Amino acid sequence: MGYFTLTRLALKWALSKPVTTRYPFEPRQPVPGSRGELAFTKESCVYCNICAKKCPTGALVVNRAGKRWAIDRLLCIQCGCCVESCPKKSLSLTPSHGTIAITKDREWF
Amino acid sequence: MARTIIPFGPQHPVLPEPVHLDLVVEDEKVVEARPSIGFIHRGLEKLVEKKDYQEFTYIAERICGICSFIHGQTYCQAVETIMNLPVPPRAHYLRTIWGEFSRLHSHLLWLGLMADALGFESLFMHSWRVRERVLKIIEATTGGRVIFGTCKVGGVRRDIGPEAAADILKELDGIESDMREITRVFLKDRSVKDRMCGVGVLTKEEAYELGCVGPTLRASGVSQDMRQLGYAAFHELRFEPVTRTDGDSYARCAVRCGELFQSVDLIRQAFARLPGGDIAVKVTGNPNGEHIARTEQPRGEVVYHLKANGTKNLQRFRVRTPTFANLPALLKVLQGCELADVPVLVLTIDPCISCTER
Ligand code: SF4
Ligand code: SF4
Repeated sequence: MGYFTLTRLALKWALSKPVTTRYPFEPRQPVPGSRGELAFTKESCVYCNICAKKCPTGALVVNRAGKRWAIDRLLCIQCGCCVESCPKKSLSLTPSHGTIAITKDREWF
Repeated sequence: MARTIIPFGPQHPVLPEPVHLDLVVEDEKVVEARPSIGFIHRGLEKLVEKKDYQEFTYIAERICGICSFIHGQTYCQAVETIMNLPVPPRAHYLRTIWGEFSRLHSHLLWLGLMADALGFESLFMHSWRVRERVLKIIEATTGGRVIFGTCKVGGVRRDIGPEAAADILKELDGIESDMREITRVFLKDRSVKDRMCGVGVLTKEEAYELGCVGPTLRASGVSQDMRQLGYAAFHELRFEPVTRTDGDSYARCAVRCGELFQSVDLIRQAFARLPGGDIAVKVTGNPNGEHIARTEQPRGEVVYHLKANGTKNLQRFRVRTPTFANLPALLKVLQGCELADVPVLVLTIDPCISCTER
């Protein structure tokens, strides 16, 4: 049976820097390799529609005739299926979470 | 003496899970507990009719927010067995490594919640501080913190390079020494022991007959762990199930503490034997057949039943989650306990009601 078993740990952490950050004042550094916001490069895209077919949630819409590509950010689960399937490497997942979606509309590029 | 019914849950300040219990009490003693579940049924099993068998991996992972990876892994293993896919050994090892990391973060989460239920706030913070180090590794290697998203039918989607592996092993040493510090408090401290020793005793026979699984079963002295079936890379790794014989809340806590170090050891073994080669095979065609897959999750054994008929959608999909198997044992230990012990007892089976109701 032990008494005051946390004391050593408590003293150690009372004397060291906190592990938490003061978030809104200190921006969060994204972890490299994290799956965050989906980024689209318009220049290389050939509008082949493969990404929209592979997306498990149906978040992407490609209009081949009008050369437009759209994403519903609220549907995207950042799985990376579209990134793996894109033949032109036009898609990538950035490590940061990006901005918060505030409307339910698709974002057209 | 007059009996009163005290409702417990589905929203409760100590228990972050929507289980509802009607506690029949006499004075301060619980005579009977009547459960009602079903508050967060999401109909995930029915979704097999809408999503094809490859897309369904993402839904299988979302059955549970804590043992997500092992859910995805079990699903993929079941589909791979039906389709007879030759999954590369490297993929098996990577799945094992991520599965053990998910066990680490799940058990550390549970230790924190347990400390919180006992009223030991600082210990709760320390448990979650260590958990955060595990989550960082998970996020860097898989890209997600709790939904890993790396398992797919036919293998895995990401690899761990040699430099990353060296960094992980170094970080793991730090995590292990941190875990030693906090588990010492759980296992030795008077105030923790007073709340848990001799509370909610489940004998070996009772645990076996009520069909308990996972740490709840092992704490009562039954040495049963689904990893012994040798799925993924477990047939090549050495380990013994962690067991205790007392069957009380303290024993269940001690089993989970022991499993933390077991997982660290398994991760080290897996990295030492990690074979080279591909991480996935190409999948063509649709599954046709039926299979029951069993794996060990942090909370115990999970059973998946899949039935496919050669189309891209599965015909039937069914899951038996570990918490569902442990609920009868919970009702048993609640009989005759003190009202104040109810949150602690409910927590000792590590309930995950969201995955029980799917
Ligand atoms: S798969 Fe790539 S190239 Fe094809 S439409 Fe999508 S983003 Fe464009
Ligand atoms: S990351 Fe996944 S969910 Fe998001 S758009 Fe690509 S395929 Fe769809």
